[in-house]
Parts: sequence; structure tokens; C-alpha cells
Amino acid sequence: MSMPFYVSPEQVMNDKAQYARKGIARGRSLCGIVYDQGILLAAENPSAVLHKISEIYDRIAFAGVGKYSEFDALRRAGVQFADVRGYQYSREDVDARSLANAYAQMMAHTFTNEMKPLEVEILVAEVGLTASEDQLFRITFDGVVLDEEHFSVIGGESEPIAERLKESWSEGLSLGDALRTARSALAGPDRTIETSSLEVAVLSRTNGRRAFRRIEGEPLTELLGS
Amino acid sequence: MSPESGPSLGTDFVSLLRSLGHDPFPSVTAEANGEQRVPPLTHGTTICALRYADGVVMAGDRRATAGNIIAHRTMEKIYPADRHSGVAIAGAAGAAMEMVRLFQLQLEHYEKLEGTALSFEGKANSLAQMVRSNLPAAMQMGMVVVPLFAGYDLRRRKGRIFTYDYSGGRYEETDYQAEGSGGRDARTTIKLGWRDGLSRGEAIELAIQGLYEAADEDSATGGPDPIRGIYPTMATITAEGFEEVPDPDLAERFSALIERKRATAGTAEQAAPPSRVAPRGGRRS
Repeated sequence: MSMPFYVSPEQVMNDKAQYARKGIARGRSLCGIVYDQGILLAAENPSAVLHKISEIYDRIAFAGVGKYSEFDALRRAGVQFADVRGYQYSREDVDARSLANAYAQMMAHTFTNEMKPLEVEILVAEVGLTASEDQLFRITFDGVVLDEEHFSVIGGESEPIAERLKESWSEGLSLGDALRTARSALAGPDRTIETSSLEVAVLSRTNGRRAFRRIEGEPLTELLGS
Repeated sequence: MSPESGPSLGTDFVSLLRSLGHDPFPSVTAEANGEQRVPPLTHGTTICALRYADGVVMAGDRRATAGNIIAHRTMEKIYPADRHSGVAIAGAAGAAMEMVRLFQLQLEHYEKLEGTALSFEGKANSLAQMVRSNLPAAMQMGMVVVPLFAGYDLRRRKGRIFTYDYSGGRYEETDYQAEGSGGRDARTTIKLGWRDGLSRGEAIELAIQGLYEAADEDSATGGPDPIRGIYPTMATITAEGFEEVPDPDLAERFSALIERKRATAGTAEQAAPPSRVAPRGGRRS
């Protein structure tokens, strides 16, 4: 029987982290931005059917980058988590913080115990009753939760995009302004993103009980043009 | 919660709840000496739905009864199931309200997981399964729930109505239907006034007449209550979605109906015999 080589835990973790980062860096980035009526989520996504952004609950949305099958499984688990909790207690008892914690537990568990870490990074957004209650949680592949203000970027190029947003974001943006800000931040100075490869959704305080709405087609073109 | 060993990857909310140990339809084990009771008739309600030019109207009275007691005067019996459909309930109130809640969650759960809403037929079948799951409770404890499901079918572009029996049988109605203890009276009234292509106003008016006649004949159906300002609830479902008919509008229509009735009705004095002595063998109250 051959003896396994000794590999230090530090080395294992570094290798896994590097592997996950590589996987995530292959995909396009995505951002969530607070605007005057709620939270805008925008992603560069050439597919119109395989969504990166989706609805979890009345005031909560999910966005993921990286390997589609992995973040989609996380999304489904999130919908199940939220729907069961809302059924057991009440719709008001479902919040982004507990969902983000559940995701963090899950992703940290996979990162430490499984051979292959998840090659995903996710964003959990919750629109509050007032702008000051809007929440953005970014959860990385190793289960680290970051509570972010005003905007949050996930994906391979998140740092330069966050830098650009830091300069262009301001309090009380209208939806159209927020959308144009997001598009130019995602694209960077050297290129533009076609409307057809932009996936956009909002969590808006004006939408009634289910705050989530996709913005696509004609309304999206209009918003970008105005 | 974990993506791989998650409770279920299906879209059925009830099985998800079961897998987590919260069975919404527990099998009833306390049998009354092994004898099975026959489910009593549905009681305490009149609900109706009728098709019109743009979709369907659903309406229901507000009374809940416990034996001969009025248990509740402001029951809601018409609920939105999702954006384009509604469900009305008759039967045991507790079980019925829980079923509506589960049904609403089931439709939303499916829509969120799949990214698209169930077909109208799919929604009707999913409700049938819930009614069937309730059969043990219906047989052994008399907790019969008989929903009425109606809405606007976006694919066929028309209003559709489904009725159920307590065993989960599902029946599509072509034009109108009414359920509950006053259902028969409401149905007859609607039958007499119904024609193809009714306008929204005409359809609401017909539903109001149906509920009025049902309350007139059935003690377990509540009529309009102008003293407390309680009126039956009503909703229209069209391509634009589920929309409740506002209370002031209903109040106005009901008072107009009462005025019309008053204008044409004979009074009690005219109908009663002139003598103060009750005739022998006559009716007693």
C-alpha cells in the first residue's frame, strides 16, 4: 500500500482557491447598484434564456457568476430555503441576511470538505422599505460574506469595475442613469456592451409584493437611450 | 440546504415540505372505531365564477358558519392564485385556507424555479392533486374542501373555469358555475341571465344577483350588510391580471339592486292573512 504524500493544509487551500478563481475569471462580471427606487442588477450575458439574475423571494434577488450549473443549483436551494421559511413562519420573516448566511455555510462547507470548490461567486440583494434598508451581500467561493453598500461587483474583473463605479455612482440615481452607469462600468473605457447581451433586472419598491422585474426588449432599449 | 444533497430538485412544493418533515396533508389515523363517516355536504358558502368577454368574474359571500352560529362575518373566499388566476373556496374554512396558501406557494415556487409560469391546465391539475391529498381528512373528519378555480388562459386567450369534487375530480365548466350551500340558487340565477360575450359591468351585475338570491334562500350564505358595510367580494381576471372589484362600487350596485327589489316587491302586510289569530296547523316560526 502506498503512503499518500503529505500536503500542508495551507497548500491545499491555496490550490483550491486558485482553481476557483480561475474558473470564475473565465466568465463576465456582474453588478448590483442602489438607485432611487431600489436595486438594479446588471450582467453581461449573451444568453437570453440562461439567466444569471433571478428572483428568490418577494424582496430578494440572486445573481451568480462562474459555472452556470453550480450557481443555478445554489439559486434553486435559495428559492427552496426562502419558500419553506415563508410557509413555516411568515413572508416578512424571510430576509437576505439569513439567506446569505445559509449560502455562506454551504459554500464554506463545500470549499473545505469537497475535492472541488465551487467556481462561483454570488450576490444576494434585498430591497428595503426605504433606501437606507437596501442590502447587498457578496459571497465568495470560499463562503466569505461581505456586506456592501451602494454597489457590489462580482466576477473575474470585479476590482476595476468597482473602481469605476466608485467614481460614477452617486446618491439618488434614476433607473436610467443607474443602468447607463452600470453598463459603462461593466464595459470599461475601451468597448461598449450591446443591449442584446445585457441582462437587467430590478428589485423596485414600486412593484408591489414581488419587487423583482426583468427589464428586457423595448423597455430596456428605451431606458438606455433616454 | 445544499446544492447537491438538497431536499429535492423537482418543482413540487408539497413534496419539498414532506421531505423536510412538514407534511401539509398528514394522513388521519384516529379512525372512529374503524367506521368511515360519509362526508357532509359542503356548507356555509356561496361562491361563483362566470365567463365574460374579457375573462372571468369570481364572487363569494362573506359568511362563515359553525352549525347555526355565524362564526365570522368578513371571511374572504376569493383569493388570487397567481397573476392570472384565482381560487374560491367552499367547505371547512381552516383546511380550505391552508390549501389556498399552499396552492399560491406552489404556483410561485414553480414559477421561480423554472423561470416560467405553469400552463393554465397545469395549475388546474396541481390544485386537483391538493384536493385529492385532502381526501383522508375529508372522509374521516368531514373536512371537505371544494375549491373553484378560474382565470385567464394566456395561451387560449379566454377565461376558463374549473370545479372539483372532494376526491380530486376536476371538471371544466364552459360558462359559469357556483358552489356551496347556496350554489344552486346562485347557479340558477346566473343561468337565466348568462349569454356569450357579456361585458364586465353585466357580468358583475349577474354575479351580484346570483349571490343576492343565494343569500335570500340559504341561511348559511351572507347577503349584503349595509349596516356594517360588509359586501360580498368580487374579482375580475383578464389578460391584465387579477383585480378586485372595489368595495364602494359593490356597495352601490347592491343598494341599486335592493332599491329595484323594493320597488317591485309586495309588502308583508299585503301577503299576511288579515286576522291576527294564526290559522290552525299553519306554519310556526
